[in-house]
Amino acid sequence: MDLSFTAEDQAFREEVQAFLRDHLPAGVRHKVLNGMHLERDDYLAWQHALHARGWGGPSWPEKFGGTGWSPVQQYIFDSTCSEAGAPRLVPFGLKMVAPVIMAYGNEAQHKRFLPPILAGEEWWCQGYSEPGAGSDLASLKARAVRDGDHYVVNGQKTWTTLGQYADWIFCLVRTDPEAKPQRGISFLLIDMKTPGVTVRPIITMDGAHEVNEVWLEDVRVPVENLIGEENKGWTYAKFLLGHERTNIAGIGIAKRELARLKRLALTEVREGRPLLEDPLFAVQVARLEIELTALEITNLRVLSAEAENRAPGPEASILKIKGSEIQQGILELMTEAVGLQALPYRREAMGAGYQGDYPVEGHALTPTMQYLNLRKLSIYGGSNEIQRDIISQMILGL
Amino acid sequence: MDFTFTDEQTMLFDMTTRYLGNEYGFEKRASIIASDAGMSEAVWRGIADLGLLALLVPEENGGAAAGPVETMLVMSAFGKALLVEPYLASAVVATSAIARLGDARQRETWLEPMGAGDLIAIVAHDEPHGGATRATAVGGGFLLDGRKTMVAHAGRAGLLLVSARSDDGAVGLFAVDPAQPGVKLVTYPTVDGGRAADVVLSQVHVADANRLGAGDVSEDLAAILDIGLAALCGEALGVLQRSLDATIEYTRTRKQFGQPIGKFQALRHRMADMLIHVEQSRSMAYLAAVRADEADVAVRERALSAAKVVVGEACRFVGQQAVQLHGGMGVTDELDVSHCFKRLFAIEKTFGSTREHLSRFSRALVA
Repeated sequence: MDLSFTAEDQAFREEVQAFLRDHLPAGVRHKVLNGMHLERDDYLAWQHALHARGWGGPSWPEKFGGTGWSPVQQYIFDSTCSEAGAPRLVPFGLKMVAPVIMAYGNEAQHKRFLPPILAGEEWWCQGYSEPGAGSDLASLKARAVRDGDHYVVNGQKTWTTLGQYADWIFCLVRTDPEAKPQRGISFLLIDMKTPGVTVRPIITMDGAHEVNEVWLEDVRVPVENLIGEENKGWTYAKFLLGHERTNIAGIGIAKRELARLKRLALTEVREGRPLLEDPLFAVQVARLEIELTALEITNLRVLSAEAENRAPGPEASILKIKGSEIQQGILELMTEAVGLQALPYRREAMGAGYQGDYPVEGHALTPTMQYLNLRKLSIYGGSNEIQRDIISQMILGL
Repeated sequence: MDFTFTDEQTMLFDMTTRYLGNEYGFEKRASIIASDAGMSEAVWRGIADLGLLALLVPEENGGAAAGPVETMLVMSAFGKALLVEPYLASAVVATSAIARLGDARQRETWLEPMGAGDLIAIVAHDEPHGGATRATAVGGGFLLDGRKTMVAHAGRAGLLLVSARSDDGAVGLFAVDPAQPGVKLVTYPTVDGGRAADVVLSQVHVADANRLGAGDVSEDLAAILDIGLAALCGEALGVLQRSLDATIEYTRTRKQFGQPIGKFQALRHRMADMLIHVEQSRSMAYLAAVRADEADVAVRERALSAAKVVVGEACRFVGQQAVQLHGGMGVTDELDVSHCFKRLFAIEKTFGSTREHLSRFSRALVA
């Protein structure tokens, strides 16, 4: 039993920190540390910088141009980057479709699709959820019918995050409507420029355009863009969801935001004293910090088990539930810290270079937007209620 | 980073678990609690024979010189069995106190029989309101006056280690024979099936040779109590796990509306939340064990307080929900779940409550 990182891990962390000092663009860092809105180019600039260093695929095996890092090294990399104010890696290509292509795609698909993901040259989005298929994903209806050497796809996908930037979408489609729901699904890669693909924004309650609807009308997809076998898509879909759940706890992000909360609570003054000296407020901050300490150790325990026997198991559900609750809790307290200043709504001030006449104190505007935005955490990626179902079935055997 | 246990540690845990499985069933425990002594001499002898009482005794005094991780493992096995014998009080806290503060003669005199199971020693530290215990210097020693409370199994102890404050404000630790003049024990059962006493001290004379350490030992005392707190977190883990296991088992077999009640989502989700509390507590019991003998006091206190908050909240939630999900059966004396509940209730209040540790941790945010 030893909770400290090895000297090797420590040296690795310092290497990552040094890289961050030299190569994380200052403007991007400023936005992340202050909870501001990130543009497509901000994400890409970071991916390009990592790629140039050979770190474009932190979770990828070396065989495909990745780093070949252990789960613990990946954790150190992710948390060190998050704490330093790096943007998250856009997961749809790197962490979602790429592992599926590696595991179930053919040689030609490896060559065609993996290098542009690594280099940040092609942006992917996810075509899983539909208006009628959310938590019950296997009930999806988007239909693909074989026509010569093409599939003709019709249907509607939704909650497509950053789909407005995407070059490609990976889709679950129904290829056998007669089979049991899980048996008749296939996994297709679709070029967003194909005629019949339409992206429509969904504006969320923070005023952001982050998610979209994607309409597919008589979209012709070459059969070589089928992953694996027809009607086996559910297997690949579940494999992908397993990978989506790595680093799901968001420890590094939570640490960064907790530090920001504390800075805020030291500068916000109530009755002549820093807010952090208000015992009632301090206790709420303390609770979150304590929960986060426990979750970090739980996360490391899961990683260590993972290092011994591969993909994250149902324990990842614990990380998802606690991680989302902690992040939401931190933002909730941040809005409380700024008091009445949580109410002025100036969305444009979240972008860089805001020159408006509202006196932005640097911190007072973004917490509310982030608080509104982060309500999604306990809903997406399998809602926290679905996670409790997974725990009770897979761990408790109920 | 390494979350595995050595082969020796695993064997220690397995051996303890096996012994308790054979010797400490529900009925056996019930008879021990109901007995006059409130503890079993046979069990005490049994765990002495396994070497467990000498786990924290230094090698030169015939012990295993093990550490907080071994203690956590043994304590989690004791927690799972709801052991009422004063292992924590004597083999962990008092043993650590003597090993840390005692001189060579004191260590030899007390630690060897303690490790062998021939002597029970208990630290008498907590005080009721107005119990402020004083040590007044007299020729060749001290006179102790005051009152201590919740001194575990004091009635069975051969040695009390009493903390008391001198006129100069320094806190000392004094060895007292419970049978000596001026010592009065007011014994009582505790809510969790244990035994304890108030120790009333009137002009109790302690020779210089029976004082442990020199000068003010309050920092040492805090470190010793943190060793106890880490061990207590280990015990909590065992009780929490037993509560959850019992609840899962019960809701799988208990049928209503034609199906096991564990199939109902409201109950399944509750049990998922219980598991999260247990796993977060496990993480913090590990942290507490690893930081229990940390030299940097601020780091140690932070970690130990954080651990007690997570564990304390788990004690409340898991205990209450285990009873709730057992329905009417949960509130009876007949099932182990109510006994778990009462032990968890006691743990939450021992070595500082959740509120006290949350308060300490949050004050340190601006320190």
